[in-house]
Amino acid sequence: MKKFIKFLKRPITSTILAILCGFIVSGVILALVGYNPVSAFVSLLNGIFSRPKYIFKVIERSTPIILTGISVAFSFKAGLFNIGAEGQYILGSIAATIVGISFNLHPIFQVPLVVFSGVLAGAIWGVITGFLKAKFGIHEVILGIMLNWIAFHICNFIVNHNLYHKPNSSRTYSINSSGFTMILNTWKRSKDGIEALRKNKLLSDILLKTDLNIGFIVAVLVAMVVWFILKKTTLGFAVRAVGLNPSAAKIAGIGIKRNITSTLAISGAISGLAAALAITGTSPHALYQLVMFENIGFNGLSVALIANSSPIGCIFSGLFFSGLIYGGNSIQSDLNIPSEVISITIGSVLFFVALTKCLPMLIGKFSKRGENHVE
Amino acid sequence: MKKYIYIVTTLIFILSFTACSWTGPENIKNDGVFKIAMAPDVGGINDQSFNQSAWEGLKKFSKESGADISYVESRQASDFTQNLDKLSDGDYDLIFAVGFSMADALLDTATLNLDKNYAMVDFSYGKDTPNNVTCIMFKAEEAGFLVGYIAGRFSKTKHVGFVGGMHGYIIDQFEYGFKAGVLFAAKEIKQDVIVDVQYAQSFTDAAKGKAIATKMYNDGCDIIFHASGGVAYGIVEVAKEKGKYVIGVDRDQSYLAPDNFLTSALKNVGTAVEITSQKIMNGEKLGGTTQMYGVKNGCLGIPERALFLDKKIYDDALDLLSHIEDGKLHIENVTLTIPDSVKTYEKFATDLNKNF
Repeated sequence: MKKFIKFLKRPITSTILAILCGFIVSGVILALVGYNPVSAFVSLLNGIFSRPKYIFKVIERSTPIILTGISVAFSFKAGLFNIGAEGQYILGSIAATIVGISFNLHPIFQVPLVVFSGVLAGAIWGVITGFLKAKFGIHEVILGIMLNWIAFHICNFIVNHNLYHKPNSSRTYSINSSGFTMILNTWKRSKDGIEALRKNKLLSDILLKTDLNIGFIVAVLVAMVVWFILKKTTLGFAVRAVGLNPSAAKIAGIGIKRNITSTLAISGAISGLAAALAITGTSPHALYQLVMFENIGFNGLSVALIANSSPIGCIFSGLFFSGLIYGGNSIQSDLNIPSEVISITIGSVLFFVALTKCLPMLIGKFSKRGENHVE
Repeated sequence: MKKYIYIVTTLIFILSFTACSWTGPENIKNDGVFKIAMAPDVGGINDQSFNQSAWEGLKKFSKESGADISYVESRQASDFTQNLDKLSDGDYDLIFAVGFSMADALLDTATLNLDKNYAMVDFSYGKDTPNNVTCIMFKAEEAGFLVGYIAGRFSKTKHVGFVGGMHGYIIDQFEYGFKAGVLFAAKEIKQDVIVDVQYAQSFTDAAKGKAIATKMYNDGCDIIFHASGGVAYGIVEVAKEKGKYVIGVDRDQSYLAPDNFLTSALKNVGTAVEITSQKIMNGEKLGGTTQMYGVKNGCLGIPERALFLDKKIYDDALDLLSHIEDGKLHIENVTLTIPDSVKTYEKFATDLNKNF
């Protein structure tokens, strides 16, 4: 019994149990609305795993939310709730698009230039929040929400601007192809490439029909770097100290104001990076007229929560999240379930995952108090 | 160490499990039932407008012909390619992409899946249309012309307004068709009718609609024709306040404000979807072509309900409708081309002055 409880209390078991609970509850919801939950989950899994292309798509789609997840997780460590990740993401994509359209250099210069512009724009948006928070003590959540809307409308302004708006569409022009980061892009789109790839089912599936790009590798590297910064550097120590106890950190001589600004700058830069990689790596390489938020930044909040603010954990929770979203679309075409019901289903799974921390506490209640000390 | 062994074995297990299904048959042959899928624009199939109309048409077609139908909605524009791609993996005989925003995504998908059939609603690639894509276009200027005629005849102040969403061919068709209709009516009643034109630069911003409508009504307009999606909610609000008239678009929108809707420029996407599905199901080879739909196929027109219209005006409008074919108006041995752009509008105006 003791062993079992110990097993239950391990974080990984509780996460898995939470996911299971989430699926059970969402299954009940589906059944109540009148759909067969089993076939829904089968088509969800089929939508993620049944073809190698789908797996690569999930990976491709996970890249931006992993990065915004890391962005949120990083500021979490300093006790800051970076809800402005969405705005930082939007501003990053605006900057990357404008620079990508305006310049047309050799790819060796173009790609870093476009990516850097996105990172810089995100960082600036983060610094605004950080500076106002540090200087005037305005809450970062309020600032973040306001700046999100400003970024939202800047985006729509740019999309409709004569210089960038593509006629007869609801988007801007695509960035110049020298800024693309897809693997083997020019070759696979050429006639020879398509011919050669057709012969191999697996390769054509993976290469031809996806925008396989370097983004995911970058995201993993960023996760490692952020983990390293947090665990092994003075900056990381300062960030964590401020997050755990600002007063103690202040007495220990850590500059809280500077710390807040730099934390949000780094957070913003990572969100901006997410945007720049999405613009350079996935079609249509352009900004769309926004009707509502794209939710990349807000999904980053959930990703960071599920990962318990661990940068490395964000990789896995990002994959999980994007799998649910991507696979969820299959449920719709297979079973004709309204997208709202699918969103509720996915939402309840995430809800339980977010409650993971409660599980060890609940289990603690089952064992009698002081039981461990008997004998 | 033990932890890593667990993880690695689990991964191997999952991978081997899924790898089995990869080698299975790629294209499941269907059982003789014609299968159609639809990918609507971001509004989804309950958008009270364009997408909904297309989906209703498909549902009607399915009921009549027994075809199997399904759909997948996009939450955001970046989902378009992914969703079309996923539908292409299914055993569908025909895949609809609804709305011009999807044009790029559909072109990408169609060139990679040459064995699949697609239909693109509201956009034409012209000569570059791939052989497996059928484009569906509307002579929307015909409907614009009809409501323009009604507005010109009905307006008491001889001053009407047009509110567009965003510049582009689809909205231009309505704008110039409308202006031409007003001009035609003005000729008939021998009085000048002024048309104010404003763009909201959005298909969603109701507040902007409110501002534009307030200005227009204050300037003396008594009817506003809108082709602006959700912007209309703002316009309707002002019209209700001031007791003025609105002309709807795409569907009969009078349910939004029964006392204020004069009429609507109907664009029955559903009917076009139905006709196209029927043709392709019958084995007609439409790939690579652009199908034009207009008042003649019942895809454009005005609704039957016309509470405030004098019977005379309504009947005259219907009479006019019967003279429209293929974007052209045939009256008294004269043929006028209903305009869909600035250029054709100027031509229409000079032709009209020459002949009447």
